[in-house]
Amino acid sequence: MSILAYNGGAVVAMKGKDCVAIATDKRYGIQAQTISANFPKVFQMGPTLYVGLPGLATDTQTVYQRLKFRMNLYELKENRIMRPNTFSAMLSNLLYERRFGPYFIEPVVAGLDPIDNKPYVCNMDLIGCPNEPEDFVVSGTCTDQLYGMCEALWEPNLSPDELFETISQALVNAADRDAISGWGAVVYIIEKDKITEKHVKTRMD
Amino acid sequence: MASILVPEIPAPGFSFENCQRNAFLEQKGFPAPKATKTGTTIVGIIYADGVILGADTRATENTVVSDKNCQKIHYLAGNMYCCGAGTAADTEMTTQTVASQLELQRLHTGRTVPVATAATLLKRMLFRYQGHIGAALVLGGVDRTGPHIYCIYPHGSVDKLPYATMGSGSLAAMAVFEARWKPDMNEEEGKKLVRDAIAAGIFNDLGSGSNVDLCVIRTTGPAQYLRTYEEANIKGKKQGSYRYPLGTTAVLKQRIIPLEVESVTVRPVQPMEVEASVSS
Repeated sequence: MSILAYNGGAVVAMKGKDCVAIATDKRYGIQAQTISANFPKVFQMGPTLYVGLPGLATDTQTVYQRLKFRMNLYELKENRIMRPNTFSAMLSNLLYERRFGPYFIEPVVAGLDPIDNKPYVCNMDLIGCPNEPEDFVVSGTCTDQLYGMCEALWEPNLSPDELFETISQALVNAADRDAISGWGAVVYIIEKDKITEKHVKTRMD
Repeated sequence: MASILVPEIPAPGFSFENCQRNAFLEQKGFPAPKATKTGTTIVGIIYADGVILGADTRATENTVVSDKNCQKIHYLAGNMYCCGAGTAADTEMTTQTVASQLELQRLHTGRTVPVATAATLLKRMLFRYQGHIGAALVLGGVDRTGPHIYCIYPHGSVDKLPYATMGSGSLAAMAVFEARWKPDMNEEEGKKLVRDAIAAGIFNDLGSGSNVDLCVIRTTGPAQYLRTYEEANIKGKKQGSYRYPLGTTAVLKQRIIPLEVESVTVRPVQPMEVEASVSS
């Protein structure tokens, strides 16, 4: 079994019209045994910037702390907030530095660019190869299911409300076909004037 | 003394801090997962007035297509570009490192950097890591000695050829070159040949797919990057809509975080005057 599937979990992010969404399940387990149904895997890194770190839970927390540290230093030095593409480059370099002894996480970045308010999504493999598509990114233990749901449901120019339905249904239905993901879900809809955090009802088995 | 305000300068190069833990996990039956590979078709040819590079745009993780339109022709300098096959992160990071070294070299010497310099930097980097950095590269560019194509293998060996192919689709692409390449082709013939070689890879090799990217570097002028030169596989229009009606998803609780703009300052930035990087 892959170490990436030791704790379970899934993250997905999608672009909409002038908005972007990132969603995650809440499960934390040790293989088939569920330990917690309220484990954060998605973190706010800036006013309109979120990062999801699914994979081995210990590395989720370590990488989050290292990212937060580097980001605080950047903001103190530069006296401005970080743009999503800069954040991705920073994360990519952090992961590639450990090319021969990686952290077991496959990150997802989602945010609105503070300069031009353009939606931004990005995912990486565990050694930091960035991928910035025009539609959606998926990561975690049910990527196959998520790819299937997202390819079917996603359309261009979705409004924030439509984007919420699309991303929630994609995540919930994909996680239902994965034994080690699910147990609750959180969706963040990021717009230029507000962020909506919604806790979605899911199966608890 | 390191502190928060004056952090220690981190050690350069790779960090091996997780290796012992990862080896332990491997011994316990959790092998390290595989990184994204680009099962790829990349090619390069010399034609009458320069070089043409070509690449497909598919990235895969095992058999799943992880990126349908990725960029495999990487910028090195104004007069040279480099196609990458193999481990996606390795090709990306290796070319970025070398691109920055080449720019420093250009600013230091005040000349267009020769293609041989890039080939040497790349092969030294790859040889140092004994093939563990899995980058297979096709380097193409022009300098005052003319057009050059180099093939650089993950272990650091180098070929210098008039036409080259790399990646899992290299056999299909080379078949096209062996049949049709000839010296001193004009630009139209050259682009057609490279397009056909990449298309051969896209359609005959399962690791390659999606679109054709080209990059034409002429001895006379700046490089022309033709991103999505041809969409080899056009996606059909979606017939039905699977859109869920609003309110389908049950929400347990909701929190709205308003973003208030406290102040807006617009500060125009004057671009620094640095001589731009262009081909010779």
